[in-house]
Amino acid sequence: MKKLNRRQFIQRSGAFVAAASLPVSLVEIAFGKDHPQNFTFGFISDSHITHIKGKEFVRNWDQGLKRAVAEANLMDPKPDFIVYGGDLAQLGKPEEIDHALDMLSGLRAPVKYVMGEHDYYVDLGAHWRKRLGPDHYSFDHKGVHFIVLNSILTYKDWMHKNWKTGMDRMKQMARLDNPNGSPFMVGEEQRRWMKKDLAGVAHDTPVVVLSHSPLQKIYKGWNFWTEDAEKIHALLKPYKKATVLYGHVHQIQYNQIDNISFHSVMATAWPWPYPASYAQGVSHIPKLTVPMNRADPFFERDATGWQFINLHSGKVDLNYVLWENNKNRVVRFDPDKGHPVDTEYQDPAKRIPPQEHY
Amino acid sequence: MKHKPIILALSTALAGAMFSGPTLATESNRPPLGLPPVPIPADNPQTPEKIALGDKLYHDTRFSADGKVSCATCHAPEKAFTDNLPVSKGFQGLTGTRNAPTVINAAYMKSQFWDGREPDLEGQAKQPPINPVEGGLPNHEPILEIIRNDRDYRKQFRKVFGTSPEHITEDHVAKAIAAFERTVIAGNSPFDRYQYGGEENALTDSQKRGLALFRVKARCASCHTLEHTQALFTDSKFHNIGIGFKAIAGREPEIAEKFLRMKHQQADEKKALEFIDKAVLSDKEISELGRFVITEDFSDVGAFKTPTLRNVALTFPYMHDGSLQTLEDVVDFYNNGGRVNPDDPVTPFLSGGIKPLNLTEQEKADLVAFLESLTSPEIAKQAAQAKQAGIHQSASTAGGNTP
Repeated sequence: MKKLNRRQFIQRSGAFVAAASLPVSLVEIAFGKDHPQNFTFGFISDSHITHIKGKEFVRNWDQGLKRAVAEANLMDPKPDFIVYGGDLAQLGKPEEIDHALDMLSGLRAPVKYVMGEHDYYVDLGAHWRKRLGPDHYSFDHKGVHFIVLNSILTYKDWMHKNWKTGMDRMKQMARLDNPNGSPFMVGEEQRRWMKKDLAGVAHDTPVVVLSHSPLQKIYKGWNFWTEDAEKIHALLKPYKKATVLYGHVHQIQYNQIDNISFHSVMATAWPWPYPASYAQGVSHIPKLTVPMNRADPFFERDATGWQFINLHSGKVDLNYVLWENNKNRVVRFDPDKGHPVDTEYQDPAKRIPPQEHY
Repeated sequence: MKHKPIILALSTALAGAMFSGPTLATESNRPPLGLPPVPIPADNPQTPEKIALGDKLYHDTRFSADGKVSCATCHAPEKAFTDNLPVSKGFQGLTGTRNAPTVINAAYMKSQFWDGREPDLEGQAKQPPINPVEGGLPNHEPILEIIRNDRDYRKQFRKVFGTSPEHITEDHVAKAIAAFERTVIAGNSPFDRYQYGGEENALTDSQKRGLALFRVKARCASCHTLEHTQALFTDSKFHNIGIGFKAIAGREPEIAEKFLRMKHQQADEKKALEFIDKAVLSDKEISELGRFVITEDFSDVGAFKTPTLRNVALTFPYMHDGSLQTLEDVVDFYNNGGRVNPDDPVTPFLSGGIKPLNLTEQEKADLVAFLESLTSPEIAKQAAQAKQAGIHQSASTAGGNTP
C-alpha cells in the first residue's frame, strides 16, 4: 500500500495548479504582437445533446456539458472568452440546440461558436445561424487574429441529393464508416472569404483557426478529415505563428505540418477510440500524438472533459481538463523542437497502451 | 468463490484469536478473515508498550480546552469507533461540519480525513486537539505539558521512545496513537465467512442477492472494492456523489475563490494544512468543496473519500455530513442517481459513476441486508453491551440513544 507523503499531497496538485491558472499560481504568459498581454480562453466542445421526447434529454450528455460549464466558471482569473467547438446537438434538432444553449448560458464569459455537422445537416444550419449568427467569421483579441470556419460542409451534389427529409441527410452524415457518406470540406466560397480576411493581416501576427473538423486528413471513414485541408494550409503558409484548434474527434491529437500547429479538443459527451485501431488499415493519426488512456466505461465521464488554452510567443499551451480516471494533460509548443509536445507523456516506456481493439 | 476451501483453514485458526482479547486485533501476524496485513510504516514500528500508550492517550480527555474531549469522544469504541452523530461535537459542545468516520480499519486507508488532507494516521492524530471546534487548544504545547508533568506518561514515553520528558513532541504522541489505531482492525464478518471462509450459510439468501447487486446492478463495488482474497470496501479515492452540494450550488466560483486566496496567503505547507483543517470544519460552505481544497483540481469539487463499509450498520448516520440516517436512506439516495428525492436537481460536478439504478423494492431490501452482513462480531458485541448498559443507565433518567 503506497501512501502519498505530505509533500506529494500538496504538491501533486501543485503541478496541476500551475497549469490550471488558478489564483496565485497562474503562469504569467506574454503574448500578442502589439499588445503583449497575458490571456487564456476556455474551450468546450462536442456535447451532442440528445432529445428524447417532450422535455426529456439524454441525462449523460446533459451532465457532461453542465460539468464543463460549472468547472469553466471556476477558472480564476476568468478566461477572456470560451470557444464552443461544435456539435451542440446530436441530430440538429432545434430542441437540442436550444437546450444546449440554455446550459451554456450559465457560462460567466462570452462564447464564440463553431458549427459542427450534428448542428448542420437537418436544416443546413438554419436554426443554429438563427440563434448564433454567421457560421464563419473572424475577430481580433489582444494582438491575435482568430478565424472561425464552418469546415463540415461537403460536396453540393451530396448535400442537395434527393433526400426525403433533412433528418435523413442528418442521419447519413452522423454514421461512421458510411459508404454513402461524404467528406467534410471548407469549400471554395469560404476559402475565398478567408483569403480576403487574411489580406489585411500582417504575416507576423499570430493566427488561430477554429474549426470543427481537423483541417487535416486523418481517417476518412469517420470524417477525421477535411477534403480541402491543403488549400487551407496554403492560405496559412505565410504566417509564422499559425495554429488550428478543432473538435469532432473526441480524443487528444496534436501535430505540426510545416508552419501550422494542430490541436484537437475533448468532447464533453463521449470519447472515441483512435481510428487506427478500428480501421485495421493505414493510420494517419498525427505522428506526434501520444494517445490518451483507454476510458473506463463505468465512469461515464472518463476520457471526456474540456480545456483551457494559454497563448504565448504566438503558440498555444493546451491544457486538457480530463475527468475521472484520466489525468489532466498539457500539450505545449516546444520552440526548440518546433512542434507541440505532451509535457508528461513522452516516454514510450511510461505510456499506458491506448485502446487498440474495438 | 473458488478460493473458499483454502481460506477456511485460516478462518478457523483465527477464530480463537479474534474473540480472546479486550483489544480488537491482536499482535498476531495474521489479519482477520477478509483483510490484508496491516501496513506499518517503517518509522513507527508496533510494540506492545507503544500500543498501550497510544490506547491511553486516545482516551485522555485532558488534551482539550475544556478537559472533556478525547479521541474517543468522537470515535467511541462502543459506537463502532464513531459518535453516531451527524456531525461531531467538540469542546463546549461546538459542532463541526463533518461526520466522524470510524477508526476501525482506518489503518488501511491511503489518506486520512474525508478530504484526505493528511497522508497517515500520525498526521491525522495531530489535528483535532488544535482545531477550534474540536479540541480547541491553541497548539500542542498544553498536551506536552500535561504529559511531561505526568509520572506514568514520563515513564511510558521513556520506555517506548527513549526520550526524556523535555524532548517529548507531538510527533511522539501521534505515533503512539497511530500505533494503537493500527490495532483497531476488524474483519471476519458473515460476509467474510461466506466469501473468504467457505461458509455457504454465513449469508442469508437475501444477503447473497444483495452481494450480487452490490457487485453489478447497484454499481457499489466499483468504489467500495472487493478483491479475490480480501475486501477493504474502499478504493481510497475521492468522488462527488451528490451529497451536500445544495449548500453551495451555483456559488462554487465565489466560495472557491475566497478560500483559495486565503489558502495561498499561508506562509508554508504546514500552515496551509492547519488553515485547511480549521476552514473545512468551521465553514460549511468551504467544507462542501471537498477534496478540491487540497488539490485545487476541478474534478475534486465536492469529492470526498470513499469510506469503508465494514460495520456500516453500526456507524450511522451516513455520508460526510451525516445527512442520511439509515442504510435504507443511503440505498434510496444512490438509486435516485445521487439525490434524496428523484426530482431533486443533480450537481454538475457529479461523478460519472453515479446514475439512477432502477432498483426494485426487493432489491433495495436485499442490498440493505447485505450491508448488514458486514458487521464484525466483536464490534457488534461491544455495541450491544454498551447499548445494554445504556438502557440500564437510562431506565431512571429516560432518553438513551436510539439508532
